[in-house]
Formats: sequence, structure tokens, C-alpha cells
Amino acid sequence: MLIEFTDRGLYCRQGEFYIDPWKPVEAAVITHAHSDHARPGNNNYLCHDRTLPLLRLRLGENNYQSVPWNETTFRNGVKISLHPAGHIIGSSQVRVEYAGEVWVVSGDYKTENDHISGAFEPVKCHHFVTESTFGLPIYNWASQKEQYQLVQNWVQQNHENGITSVLYAYSLGKSQRIIKAVGELGLPIYAHGAVANVQEVLRNDGWDFPLVRRVTKDIPSEHIRGNIVIAPGSAENSPWTRRFAPYKTAVCSGWMQVRGNFRRRNTDAGFPISDHADWQGLLDTIKLISPEKVYVTHGFQSVFSRYLNESGINAAEVKTEFGTEEEVATTEQTDEV
Amino acid sequence: MEQRKKLQQQNKPMKSEENKSLAEEKTTEGFSYFARVIGELGTLTGTNDKLNLLSHFFSKANEKDRVWLIALFSGRRPKRPVNASLLSLWASEIAGLPPWLYDECYHVVGDLAETIALLVPHSETHSQLPFLFEYMNLLSELDQKTETERKNFIIENWRRMDTVERFVFNKLITGGFRIGVSKQLMINALAKTTGEDASLLAHRLSGHWNPYQVTYEELVLGKGEGDAYSRPYPFCLAYALEVPASDLGAPEDWYAEWKWDGIRGQLIRRNNEWFVWSRGEELMTEKFPELLPLRGFFPDGTVVDGEVLIARNGVPLPFSLLQTRIGRKNISKKQLTEAPVSFFAFDLLEWKGEDLRQIAFKERRRLLQALYENVQHPAFLMSPEIIYSDWEELTEIRQRSRENGSEGLMLKRKSSTYQTGRKRGDWWKWKIDPMTIDAVMIYAQKGHGRRSNLYSDYTFAVRDGDKLVPFTKAYSGLTDKEIAQVDNFVKRNSLEKFGPVRTVKAELVFEIAFEGIAASNRHKSGVALRFPRMSRWRHDKKVEDINTLGDLKNMLKIYDAVREEQTRDARED
Repeated sequence: MLIEFTDRGLYCRQGEFYIDPWKPVEAAVITHAHSDHARPGNNNYLCHDRTLPLLRLRLGENNYQSVPWNETTFRNGVKISLHPAGHIIGSSQVRVEYAGEVWVVSGDYKTENDHISGAFEPVKCHHFVTESTFGLPIYNWASQKEQYQLVQNWVQQNHENGITSVLYAYSLGKSQRIIKAVGELGLPIYAHGAVANVQEVLRNDGWDFPLVRRVTKDIPSEHIRGNIVIAPGSAENSPWTRRFAPYKTAVCSGWMQVRGNFRRRNTDAGFPISDHADWQGLLDTIKLISPEKVYVTHGFQSVFSRYLNESGINAAEVKTEFGTEEEVATTEQTDEV
Repeated sequence: MEQRKKLQQQNKPMKSEENKSLAEEKTTEGFSYFARVIGELGTLTGTNDKLNLLSHFFSKANEKDRVWLIALFSGRRPKRPVNASLLSLWASEIAGLPPWLYDECYHVVGDLAETIALLVPHSETHSQLPFLFEYMNLLSELDQKTETERKNFIIENWRRMDTVERFVFNKLITGGFRIGVSKQLMINALAKTTGEDASLLAHRLSGHWNPYQVTYEELVLGKGEGDAYSRPYPFCLAYALEVPASDLGAPEDWYAEWKWDGIRGQLIRRNNEWFVWSRGEELMTEKFPELLPLRGFFPDGTVVDGEVLIARNGVPLPFSLLQTRIGRKNISKKQLTEAPVSFFAFDLLEWKGEDLRQIAFKERRRLLQALYENVQHPAFLMSPEIIYSDWEELTEIRQRSRENGSEGLMLKRKSSTYQTGRKRGDWWKWKIDPMTIDAVMIYAQKGHGRRSNLYSDYTFAVRDGDKLVPFTKAYSGLTDKEIAQVDNFVKRNSLEKFGPVRTVKAELVFEIAFEGIAASNRHKSGVALRFPRMSRWRHDKKVEDINTLGDLKNMLKIYDAVREEQTRDARED
């Protein structure tokens, strides 16, 4: 096998590199900058150009090499190229080819174009490694337009009532989409430090997002009142949030599709907005690529691989350490990473 | 991809309707409005917001629909027209999913109605839906239809609804509107809408009425109260005492009695008829034939409040015996001999047709005593007064609660009136500390409602030699944070999968608290616990340190021995 599943991560023996390893290695190809895929301690990193500043933000200085999408590099005769995964800024699928055998490791991906991350590109291959975060038929997303409309309506209505809208979203990925969506309302947007840091890096990298102001102690509360605050989920139920009273809270996450998940968050609203492919998105992608074999990683891997096999698609379940990191950190299955 | 777009439009997220503000609502007509209100109630966190939403419904909705909302929220659910497994089967069929995949979805969602709502694709055209009451009528007529006709009816309606409507429609069929709205909140909303007094409304809505027939005016505004005489008074409920008893003031102002673990009920003798009501407002007259002879002793216009208990010779027996009587329609002779009920009276609410609720407890009690002395029937007992001189003495007496077959004490202010519902200040329950045992978690299952997709329901075991014997399940007692931690442990330490149940590495030790223990031949361990819950996560203990089956059996022996002795004493008296 060109790619092996080892206890350090997905390994290409011929090219002597790993993809998103969870233990330190010599050479790592990184799909995207979320913490369960991009970990510290590797000697060399290869990633997409847009991922580079984000890795610097999260991992500090390292030996980085970055490439644009669809550009080929070689390692020991193995052909490597990156292709848009549509998950977050810079997120890439890794295409690996050697002696006529093609593998694609998709990392995390989303099939609907969010006009930030780059449109997901289905890449023909023999072996496809797919995530399965939302690999159950109960997860089917409304169109992005409808999703955004709901958030905008909610924010607008709060604004009219003089209430601050606090939106919880993962600082890298979801926050950028939400900022773009609510930015259309023209209301001032304030951001928690974790979100502001990412926005600052993106701005320096040439991105043109609606302006967000970092929440600091010296901003008078009446400036924020009735406007918008973006914060990571970890700020929920914290004194940090309570300073915005009167406010309402909302979680933006695919998990909000199910009432139980929403209800235990105890927020005022929950918007099922996800950076992952839904059930139909996963199935459509696999049918389009029609690989010889599908390897199903993090999520509902046993259910999804069984369903694929019953549908005549050769699939196997693979245990990885993706999709778990944030769960441990927040002990809640809320921030999809 | 064209097909995909369509799918996205079809599967609108559940939240979509819920987040609409009332101001945006164009229609207050029909089932769609009801569904939207239900959907929104499930997500609102503020009591006031819920109150306003309900009050809006009570002023805008069709009057027959208002009656049905009251009926559903006070637990008056019609018979299930279709069972859950058929609904599941039809849903997986039209969603084109194999049954195993449907089951997986169900275990993640944790709610049948919602699972189906999420899985069933609906047609593009959203047609005008009938009223709620029309659906209730249609559903009630289903049991005269063939299975094919039922199936067609259900599927056709699923398809014409959006996700929220489908969810609420399924709830009508499967029952159980547990969505964070108490009956009291609903009554308060009605009071706000109508300007009527809340406790008067509570009384009007209690007891037996038929939502298919009663009109809103009759029910809520009290027009033509034909069968009002059958109704119980709204029960006065007690809060748990969380401060030292001495904080209550002078002991002589308080009346103490045992807190019984049975079914709270009212005995009613009016219009020469006889009714036994439970606190859940279920009519239990037929269920407890032992109480029927009491009617002859009660003068017309009498209402007594008390507790139905299984008792022999005046000594209460474990609740587990009462459980054999609940939910049975036909009571066998054997049950009547093995688990005979008595009524332990503790309050008199109506006497010779006069409502006594506004007079002092002390006075009501005196009148009750007089009634009791006239009754002379072994099934009618007086919940005895506990005589004590100071709080210290009462604290000591409380320690003997279990020996008396009770779960603690009740404290009632002697001067208090009989309140409606749970009001703080006059009635307190002062329960004894529960029994506890340390046990290890061996199975886990995903929860329901707000615990869906979380391993929150656990089975625990004690040691028996080198084996682990499961002896109880427990669902409550942990904080959300602890549940998340256990959930994480289960995901990483599953050994086997049996449907929704995971066997897990026997490692996490919990202290299980419970109120009672009884012998049971339905359980492998031979015991059944009353109200088991996790009182503490024993991070400090290992699986070697947990209690044994022997310890559990000992508890049972001690617990039983006390009862035996009591029963014998009583017989000899």
C-alpha cells in the first residue's frame, strides 16, 4: 500500500512522509491548520500557501514549505499535490501518486462552496481517505444561503431589541464564515481574542474580511450593546460573556441539527452550520470519484463504511486520532475541527 | 449535484422555523401554528418568553386547538394510534434506509419523533395543513382503519410537512410533550390570557374531561360545569428542606408526620359517587377496590388527601409491591392478597360540601381525626402525628424513618392554608439520607432528550467473588461536565457493542445512592433498588474497592428484618 495506517499517522513509506501525523515525525504534509491535523514537533512541514501563516500562528516558527493548489512536488519519486478541500482557509486534500497508484487523503472537507476556503475539487483516485464527522443520514444541511439568512435575521432582531448577539463559532473556519455573513448587516462586529488573533493574521496575509474589533476592557459597553460578538465555544457560560448583558447567545455548529445537542448547550439559538460535508455530500463525493477503495476515518466510521459496503462500494474503517482533540479539550462534542 | 440542491432545500433544519419571531408570524392558523409554538417552546430558555408565547397561542389559536394544547400539556394523551415500531419501519422505508441504519440514527438522536422528522424527505410543495383538532380526530379514527390505510395516512402527512411540523405530528402519535413547559406554566399563561385566577383554573383543568368534546369555554371559562363534582383539588406540594429545621422557628408552630413513599391521592365522595384520584390526576377508583368500602363511611361532600400505600396490619410495605399494582387494569385475587392497599389520610379538604382549604391545617386535622374515628375500616388509616418537644428530638426521630417504612419527615405549619401547587414556606419534606453503595460501571447507553448522542445511562455492578454482578441502572446525579467525561471514557473504552449498549472496561467507580431495597426475582442480583442515582464519582476508588453482592444482600436483610418485626408487632397488637 502506498499509504499505510500507522500509530504515528498516515504514512507514505516510499516518499518517507506522513500526512497529518499525531506524533512527531521527520516530514509532515498538513491538510489544514486545525489542531488535530496540524500538531507541533515535526521537523519539516509541507502545506498550502494559505495555511502557512495559520500554522505560524498556532505552532510558531518551524521548517515550513508551502505550495499552491495543483502544483506538483516530488519526494523520492512520489508525486504529491494539494487540492482544495473546502473545509477552512487553506484546507487541502493531499493527492499522492507512485507507479500508477493514486491516493487522495481528503482531511476534512465540505462540498458546498463557502467562497472563502476554495471550492472542493473531486480528485479521481484509486484509494480515497474520507472523514465521516457527519456520516449519518440525519445530517443534511440547508443551503448556505438559508443558513446565513437565519443568523442574519436573528442578529437583526436582537439589534432592534437592543440586545447583543453573541455567536459561538470555532475561531478558525466557522468564525470567518460567520463574520462574512453578518458583515452584510453593517453592524459593528467585536471578537474574542482567539478570533481576533486569527483575523489579524488573515488581514496581514491579504484577506479582506469585514472589520472586527478585539474586545478589550476599555471598550465602553454601550458601544457593543445591540451589536455582534464572535467568540469560541469555550467562552460560553463564562464571566467574559456575561459582560455583554443584555445579550443572547447562539451556537453555529452542525451538531445543532439535533435538538438534544442544542438543548444541552443552553444557548438561546443554535444554527446548524457546518464546515463538514453532510451525509449526502459524502455520498455524492464518493460516487463522483468512484475509487476502488474508501477508507473511512473520524466520525461515524463504522456506520458509514458499513453502509458503503452494503451499497457495493468497497470501504474499510480506519482508526485515527483526528476529530478527537477538541472533544477532549472542551469535553464537549461541539467544535467540529 | 442538481439532485443534491433539491435535497438541501427539502431538509430544512429544525431550527429554521423556531427562530422566527412572533412578529414575523403570518399565520396563527391550523397545525402549522401549533407546531411552530411547540418547536419554539422547546428552545426558549426564559420562563417569561415561554409564558408570552403560550399566552399568544391561547388568544390567537382556534378554540378547539387551545383545548388540545391544554390536554396534551397536562398529560391527556390519546391512545397511540400507531405503534413506534411501525412508524420506524415506514420511515426507514420511505427514506430508503436499511433498518440497522435507521436504528443507528435513532440512538444518536435519542427521540423517535425527531429521528423520523430528520430522515423523511418531504415534497416540495408545502400545502395548507388542517387544524390540530382535526388531526386529533383523524388520528383517533385510525384504529378502525386497515394497516395500509394507516400507513398511507401517516406517510402522506409526513411528506406534506416541514421538519418541525413532522416532528410535532410524530409527537402527537407517540405522545409525551416533555418540552420544558410545566403544567403550572401553562396554567399561568391561561391566567394571563383570560384574567382568571390561576388556582381556579388549575381546579377546572384537573380531573376527568374529554378533549374531544369539551369546549374551550366550558373547560377554561367554567361554562356549564356538569361533572365538576368529580374533580380533585389541585394538590399542595412540599419543597425539600435545605436548611436546618431549627431555622423554621418555634417547634410548636409545626406539625410533623412521616413522609410516605406511595401514591399521593385524594378520596372524593360527592353526589353519592366515589372517586380516587392520583396526584398525576389519574382516576384510580377501579384500581384500588380495597378502598371502595370506605365510601359508606364518608358523608356526601368529603375530600380527603393522603397516600395510597401497600400495607399489612397498618404497616407500610416496600414501594416495589405497589409497583405490581400500578399499570394493571385487572387486579387479580393474588395481587389483592399479596399487595393490599391502605389509605393513609393526612388532610381534609372538604367536609359536608364545604371547601376547607382556607382554614388552618390544625383545624382541618382536627376534623380529619373526627372523620377517622367514625370510619372504622382497616384500609383507612390516619397518618400519625409525631410528638416532639424540640428540633433536636425530632432530628433523632427522623433517623428512625426507615424502620417506620417512611422516607423521612413532613413538616407542616399548623396555621397554614392548603395551597395550590408547590409554594415555598408552609410544607417541607425532610428526607433521610439515602443508603449508598460503591459500584463500578459496566454498561453504557446513549441518553434521550438533551442527552441524546451522549453516553449518559449506565449499568452498575458489585463484586461477587471474582465476578461482577450488575444490580442497577442509574441515569441521574452527574453534572453535564461529568457526563461528558464519562461519555469520553466510554467512547475510548468500549469492549463490545450490543445494539445501542456498549460494554465498557470496569474502571469507573461511583457511589450509588438509593431510597429503598427489596428482594426481586426479576433481577440477576436478586435485589431491586428504589430511586437509584449516582451520588458521587469515586475517583479515589478502584474496581477492587467496590462493595460486594454480600454487602447488598446484608442491606436487604436488615431492611427486611425491620419491616418483618413491625408487621409482627402490629399483628400482635
